[in-house]
Amino acid sequence: MTLELTAEDRSMLDGEQGPSAAAAMKILVAFSNAVGAGSLLDIAGAHIDGCLYHGKAGLDFVERLVEGGGRVRVPTTLNVGSFDLIHPGMVKMPAAEEAPARRLMKAHLELGCQATFTCAPYQTRFRPGFGEQIAWGESNAIVFANSVIGARTNRYGDFIDLCCAMTARAPAWGLHLSENRRGRILFDLAVPEPEPSDSLFVGVGLFIGQASGDRIPVIAGLPQPRDEDQLKALGAAAATAGAVALFHAVGITPEAKTLDEAFQGHAPEASIRISRADIDQALARLSTVPDGAPLAAVSLGTPHFSHDEWMRLLPMVREIAPARRIPIYVNTGRATLTRLQEEGALAGMEGFGLIPVADTCTYVTSILERLDGVVMTNSGKWAHYAPGNIGVSVAFADMRDCIRSAAIGHVVRSAS
Amino acid sequence: MIWSTDTGVERFGTFQLAGEAEGQALAFSQPLSFWGGVDAETGDIIDHSHPGLGQNIAGKILVMPSGRGSSSSSSVLAEAIRKGTAPSGILLERPDPILAVGAIVAEFLYAIRMPVVVCDIAGVASGDRIAISLGVDGRSIVSIGRRPD
Repeated sequence: MTLELTAEDRSMLDGEQGPSAAAAMKILVAFSNAVGAGSLLDIAGAHIDGCLYHGKAGLDFVERLVEGGGRVRVPTTLNVGSFDLIHPGMVKMPAAEEAPARRLMKAHLELGCQATFTCAPYQTRFRPGFGEQIAWGESNAIVFANSVIGARTNRYGDFIDLCCAMTARAPAWGLHLSENRRGRILFDLAVPEPEPSDSLFVGVGLFIGQASGDRIPVIAGLPQPRDEDQLKALGAAAATAGAVALFHAVGITPEAKTLDEAFQGHAPEASIRISRADIDQALARLSTVPDGAPLAAVSLGTPHFSHDEWMRLLPMVREIAPARRIPIYVNTGRATLTRLQEEGALAGMEGFGLIPVADTCTYVTSILERLDGVVMTNSGKWAHYAPGNIGVSVAFADMRDCIRSAAIGHVVRSAS
Repeated sequence: MIWSTDTGVERFGTFQLAGEAEGQALAFSQPLSFWGGVDAETGDIIDHSHPGLGQNIAGKILVMPSGRGSSSSSSVLAEAIRKGTAPSGILLERPDPILAVGAIVAEFLYAIRMPVVVCDIAGVASGDRIAISLGVDGRSIVSIGRRPD
């Protein structure tokens, strides 16, 4: 298929709008040809997963776009970086690595990106609407935007997310197009009257992530979630265990009011039952240590804690009142943190060991004081990646058990 | 080792990134992910589930059916090209957006052209001498020199 370009696309490609726009369009055209897109389409926003420092090429790319006078052409949010710019000193890193890592975050701002530094841009004022075309990076944000909001993005990543932002265009292919958003594989939750517990959503996410491959999953029988944070946890787990960019939950997500709508009138290509044992097994694999193991820290907020989650956590911490000074790290967006501070919600919380972390996440950079003990988390994503990324042992549990364990000093989990 | 061009063949392909390159083929029937699969410092294949584990891609013509895996492979390829640990060219059976982006970004930043070609790779074996050149109307010419039997 030949890629059709508009006059505006050609003008960018030919350098009439500066060298940075030209480079971005050239890369976008090559990408679009490679995926077989017939044309480009307009996007309303972008989310860039480019602020974690992985090497010089990534920084050189952004610097070159800055030098060429480049600016993003749509509202563009930024994913987490390697630093907590709000809490200097939180991240421990050699000076030689710190300079380029900080510069990478700042260079993105010079392109006109918003200083959100969050993996949950859907919690900010830049949250897209139903049906909006966007180009997002970061796996949990992609699956949330597509599934929970009904916005439309493919899995964009390195360089190409920024090229979309710089041109306000994306290839007309994949999940941007209605016909490609239909469900392909049915997961039937065969658990009678399931409680909408946080861990149920994580367990279902892990299971469908492993079993879906590149087919869009449709979940039937999922209980109504308490809030969108449970769907956030499901999507993040699915995108961790597999490559899920879109799921439908019948009667819950916006493109799946009915089973028939989720499959756009087609029959499922395959059908899989999820039993209670399947969920328990998927969750058990997240923990590398047994109950009773001594606790070094708790990490919550992967993906970033929403304001609602804080409102559940804070009374719980006051009630259980952990007094052992075991750090309870909570990753959150800077906008959420500002709101909490304005509300005075965090007053006195440091006495219970609570440590808010903004702009970054405890598993991508050096924040944790101790790496030799067990870290407890309510995040399927954190539990999956942290052992490999930062070398900790992990125990997964619901939020309440995490706080109870911090009070007692070792891993305790209720029977559920 | 002497390669005879007399016994070789020429094939036409399309460029994902145009350029000229020469080198020995390193051919795999299984796609290799650069992210988690290649050490950009050395060019060594580090994916324990890949048959090429322990081999080095630097300066070779990497031949495989397609790319694979995370979009972070674009960064790893660009970084490898910058460091001189990348292949001198890549032959693919199917176009790959992730590798194309990595190669184009490296050309943009460092003016190093590592061609990525989509062509028929049937019968290309590790050790074959490969030359990638520019043909008329933007097509690529891939010359495959067999090792003498």
